[in-house]
Amino acid sequence: MRVYFDYNATTPLAADVIEAVAVTSRDLYGNASSVHHFGQQAKAAIDDARSLVARLLNGDPSEIVFTSGGTESDNFAIRGVAEALEPTGRRHLVASAIEHEAVLNTFKALARRGWRTTLVPVGPSGILEPERVRDAMADDTALVSVMHANNEIGTIQPIAHVAAIAHERGALMHTDAVQSAGKIPIDVRALGVDLLALSGHKLNGPKGAGALWVKRGTRLQPLLTGGKHERNRRAGTENVPAIVGLGIAAGLAAQKMTTETARVGALRDRLEGDILARVSGTAVNGSREFRVPNTTNISFDRVEAESLLIALDLEGVAVSTGSACSSGTLEPSHVLRAMGFSAHRAQNSLRFSLGLFSTEEEVDRVLAALPGLVDKLRRLTLSGRSPQQRPLAKEG
Amino acid sequence: MRIVVAMSGGVDSSVAAALLAEQGHDVVGVSMQLYDQREGQTSFGSCCTLDDLHDARRVAAAINIPHYILNFERQFDEHVVSNFVSEYARGRTPLPCARCNSDLKFATLVERARGFGADAVATGHYARVEREPATGRYLLKRGTDASKDQAYFLFSLTQAQLAQAIFPVGDRAKDGVREYARHRRLPVADKPDSQDICFVPDDDYASFVQKRAPATAQPGVIVDQSGRVLGRHDGIHRFTVGQRKGLGLSSSSTGDPVYVLALHPGDRQVVVGPRPALARTALTASGVNWIVGEPTGPQRATAQIRHRHPAAPARVGPLAGQRAEVVFDEPQMAITPGQAVVFYDGDAVVGGGWID
Repeated sequence: MRVYFDYNATTPLAADVIEAVAVTSRDLYGNASSVHHFGQQAKAAIDDARSLVARLLNGDPSEIVFTSGGTESDNFAIRGVAEALEPTGRRHLVASAIEHEAVLNTFKALARRGWRTTLVPVGPSGILEPERVRDAMADDTALVSVMHANNEIGTIQPIAHVAAIAHERGALMHTDAVQSAGKIPIDVRALGVDLLALSGHKLNGPKGAGALWVKRGTRLQPLLTGGKHERNRRAGTENVPAIVGLGIAAGLAAQKMTTETARVGALRDRLEGDILARVSGTAVNGSREFRVPNTTNISFDRVEAESLLIALDLEGVAVSTGSACSSGTLEPSHVLRAMGFSAHRAQNSLRFSLGLFSTEEEVDRVLAALPGLVDKLRRLTLSGRSPQQRPLAKEG
Repeated sequence: MRIVVAMSGGVDSSVAAALLAEQGHDVVGVSMQLYDQREGQTSFGSCCTLDDLHDARRVAAAINIPHYILNFERQFDEHVVSNFVSEYARGRTPLPCARCNSDLKFATLVERARGFGADAVATGHYARVEREPATGRYLLKRGTDASKDQAYFLFSLTQAQLAQAIFPVGDRAKDGVREYARHRRLPVADKPDSQDICFVPDDDYASFVQKRAPATAQPGVIVDQSGRVLGRHDGIHRFTVGQRKGLGLSSSSTGDPVYVLALHPGDRQVVVGPRPALARTALTASGVNWIVGEPTGPQRATAQIRHRHPAAPARVGPLAGQRAEVVFDEPQMAITPGQAVVFYDGDAVVGGGWID
């Protein structure tokens, strides 16, 4: 038995999604822009999916734009607003320091083109203080982008409060909800945001489909230009099977939200509690109160997380050291660093993220393997032969 | 037995992994990321670029073993790159591959491997390790394919390191290795061998050294053996003993072709002279490693002063402080400080050190 506890990287498809993607691939091959029967069927399937995604967010179907995924949705929101508002003289962007690379690197790209950007730091709780956003605002701030839930530690950000601050200064508010959509209830009206990004494959849907919710009337330039797809907002022939799959996944998530939140939350809590109790020198990174129910990020003192990850994988347990997007780099997690943790602690931390198919047996399996592996790695470090004992060059 | 295989993405280490897996071992493929590959983009050297890491991953998938990329940038910089740069700055010609073997592959990587429950590390080197039944000691021997033998680069492995080292292709010929790779349909079967130093872009080591240590790029003079100035140069790191090309001297000023005889970092002089002046009969070496223990006195051996040098008969004797003296029967051309001198008894490596 292999254990998959890396749902924040990607999720297995729900059975209904697999069926929907397969059937759509086989039967609905029409181009959704075509006038004929085949086109009409494809278009109808996309619009069904649009309604399902809108319902998950309490938005209107006309406000949903399908994209290729979370990264495109974030790019679309940020670049689209920047381009739309540039003529008004706004040249400043604000985000939290713990955003996903899709946001941070888009900010960097715009900074190279003359935009000013401000990243607001967070404390050890991993939760943004809205007043720090207020301090970061300028008269020409075009957009504030703060993630709804953090991908590495799962903390939930006070989006409604931040949105109110953004709007006070006439800025638009975007939230990257890739890690919260499907995990906790989302109501775009209550959050008060103008834009919200989500991704299909993080909620048991297919890869290659995502959505940007755009509040009606929001000024936004398209990222992709071409045909008149998606009401002129996103050109390119629609990926009908993936969009249909996303719709089914969104519907399932909405339907199972209450029971799954409780079930997965209980599994996560048992996993986390037992690790803390049975493995010395462990601590949870970030707030345990305000976070999505499926995620825990734990630091293991005197263990290099990369080694523990591999040792666990060889035992059939898949977890992550943080963002899958930053695997293979030497840089310690920018999220944990932004929270004020040392590079050392950042490199000692593992993320466990659970989901739809996670079971008690999987939790048992991890708890059976983990303490021994941690002990073993710590003994090797103690033997004095491990290079990890040397002070880290980047510590500080 | 769980074995970690250091996979570079080349055919030799790929076949090493495939052979061990076929023998039924629990094989874990590991590729070491040794330097920041985002910097140089496409212009990096021949080994361990991103493409190579992807090749290693494809091979691992083809033979159905797990594969991980470990980031050893910091350790590689500390142990290999810094030494490479400082050696050139000191007028010496470094041998980074040997340091990478003893300080990374059979040190840092072995430690990591132990953390994954692995008892040994295998590489694609053409060399052999044999355990002497009587003594329990490990012998390091040349690869069976003389044209590919790489034992020279492994001379600094200790007994403890040899005990954990496996060289699955060491008793095979290169052609056979490629043949096996094709037979197993490994995606790298026909990939060309790597030649250059992996971390130096475009094999332009002078620019690399200059970038890392700008102070080395100080001009100096080129002199003959009598001290007569023949020309100028842009830094001694651009030269190596035995070098003939790229001296920038006109033949009218030198007559016969001249060769670099010595590099003097103190006054930044490059000494040149005719080819016969390159001949030397003796050398001393430092940081000497004796594979099965230090001998009590001088002994007969053959000694090899660079990778592509036919080992020559010599008398090799230990000196105090992990040093050794080598006296060749016949003069040898271009003994180059910074390179390794490795001593052999037939096919077996007796020891070796760094030429002073």
